[in-house]
This record gives sequence, C-alpha cells and structure tokens, in this order.
Amino acid sequence: MAFKDLIIEKIKKQFEKSIEEVKEFRGDLSITIAKDKIVELARFLRDDDELCFETCLDVTAIDWATRKNRFTVVYHVYSFKNNFTLRIKANIDGEPPQIETVSSIWPGANWYERETYDMYGIVFLNHPDLRRMYMPEGFEYYPLRKDFPLLGIPGSLPLPDKLE
Amino acid sequence: MGLEAKLNSDGFITTTIDAVIAWARKSSVWPMPMGISCCAIELIAAADPKYDLARFGSEVMRFTPRQCDLMIVAGTVTYKMAQVVRRIYDQMPEPKWVIAMGACTSTGGMYRSYNVVQGIDQFLPIDAYVAGCPPRPENLINAIMTIQQKISKTKARDFQDKPLLETIDK
Repeated sequence: MAFKDLIIEKIKKQFEKSIEEVKEFRGDLSITIAKDKIVELARFLRDDDELCFETCLDVTAIDWATRKNRFTVVYHVYSFKNNFTLRIKANIDGEPPQIETVSSIWPGANWYERETYDMYGIVFLNHPDLRRMYMPEGFEYYPLRKDFPLLGIPGSLPLPDKLE
Repeated sequence: MGLEAKLNSDGFITTTIDAVIAWARKSSVWPMPMGISCCAIELIAAADPKYDLARFGSEVMRFTPRQCDLMIVAGTVTYKMAQVVRRIYDQMPEPKWVIAMGACTSTGGMYRSYNVVQGIDQFLPIDAYVAGCPPRPENLINAIMTIQQKISKTKARDFQDKPLLETIDK
C-alpha cells in the first residue's frame, strides 16, 4: 500500500467525523480537520509507529477576507522515516480567531505560532509564550490581514523625534 | 606638494586655525559602519585594498560609536531598527556627519511597505545620500569626498557650543 493511502486510511479510521476534506494536489496531500481535533490529530501523527511525523516544518495561516470561516491555519509536518511531507489545515472563525496550540506536541511550532499570531492575530490557546515577534510590542494591528493597508497605518509605529 | 619648498626657504607658513582644524578633521574621518543589510557588503568592499578608503583617511572603521564622527547607514532601516540607529547616533561625539547609503536608507527603496522607514531623514539629519541598490564602492567614496568638502567649509567655532556627547536619556 502506498504511504499516502496508509495515512488516509489511518486518519479516517481514527478521526472519522472530524475530517472535513482530504485532497491531493500535484502530489501534495492536504487534510482539513475540525479545529477542536487539531491537537489530537497532531499527537496521533507523531506517535503512530508507522507514520512518525516527528517534525513541524511550518505553521502559517490564510486570510480569506470575506469567507465565512475567515482564517485557515496551515501546518506542514514531516516524517523522516517515510520522507514525506503532509499538510494539515483547520478552518477557524471569530474575533479573535482561536485554536489550540500544537507546541506541546512539536516544540518547534512555538515560534511559528508566535509569528502567525503576530501577522494574523490568531490566538493559539495554551501557548507558552504568545508575544509579538517581528512587530514591536504594543502594535495594535496584524499586517498580513487583508484589511491591513500595504503602507501601514500612519502613526501606528513610533519613530524617534526629528533632529535638526 | 610645494610645502617642502617653503620649508627650504623660510621654515614656516601662515594659515588660520579654522583651516588647519578643518583639514585635519576631513583627512581623518572615522566612520561608524551601521551595516544593516546588503549595502554593508559594498561598504566592506570600499575599505578593501582595491578601492582603498584609506586614501581618504577613512579606513578606520570603529565598531563603537563613541570613537566615530561619520555614520554610514548602509541598509534597510525598519521602524524597529530606527530606534537603535538613533540611539547609536546619539552616542557619537560632536561634530558628526551621516551618510544615507543606498535606496532603502534614502527613500525606503523597493520596500514600499508598512515596516520600512521611507527615508531615514525622517529622524536623522543626513549630509549625503548615495544612490544605488546597492551603490558601487566608488559611489560611496564619492559621498565620503562630499562629506570631506563639507567638513572643509566648517569653522572650528561652529561646534564650540555643542556638548561633546548628547545626553541619551532625555
């Protein structure tokens, strides 16, 4: 059995009702899961003897602007044993949008989640250190959201006083 | 240079204090290499034997602002970095000059974006702008020569009333 089919079969067996979509596009496998099952799925993927997705390569998000579930959180995880990269997605909504952290499963996700929080304002619940990363502390906006203007909001970032 | 000829005949020359000080100052400009991104590579190239900034007395790059009188801001200045640039500038003793090296530093360059300061003249007094992305070392040397011309026109009295170090925490 191909490894892809094995993943799909195992995950469908374990999370039958929570899987929203399984999609393959140009060789990349994406699995969309209900947002409250994300930690469970992460633990399953890491601890399963055959799957062994030990590494979280990236966490990011998509802002769909006008869609009902406005944000999609995207995780890329990698299995050294099988040399395979899997994409996990979770649709979330609400203000602020919230999802459980996976940094308890993959410690490497810690800073990726901080970055995603910084850029999209997605709150990762139970994250150990959810602070701004690139933008200064106290900045009120989330730059990668679609409603944030490219040149920023005048006066929102402080500059030193002008010298003469 | 002709100076030696004078020594042979009379053994002294007449000049003004202003001219001597300005000449000494412009011939020993010590830059503070504020190398923030890729322009810094060209800044390094300008100091290497091929371009040889030493010809202008400016080869002594000091990595502490307290020993410098020329700040070369070489690279993209973000809003977060702006605070640091200004803090380092404040630590330089008077008199001091600033070169804005490259498109990013002068105008924001290709980063027309929320995180990049669109020209550091918004918070620093600039004496010379250098065009280019990144500028060639010759271009930077040209800017240093411009600064030298500027220094040669100064009078020693211009800086007399200014404190040696500005207070950092106002």
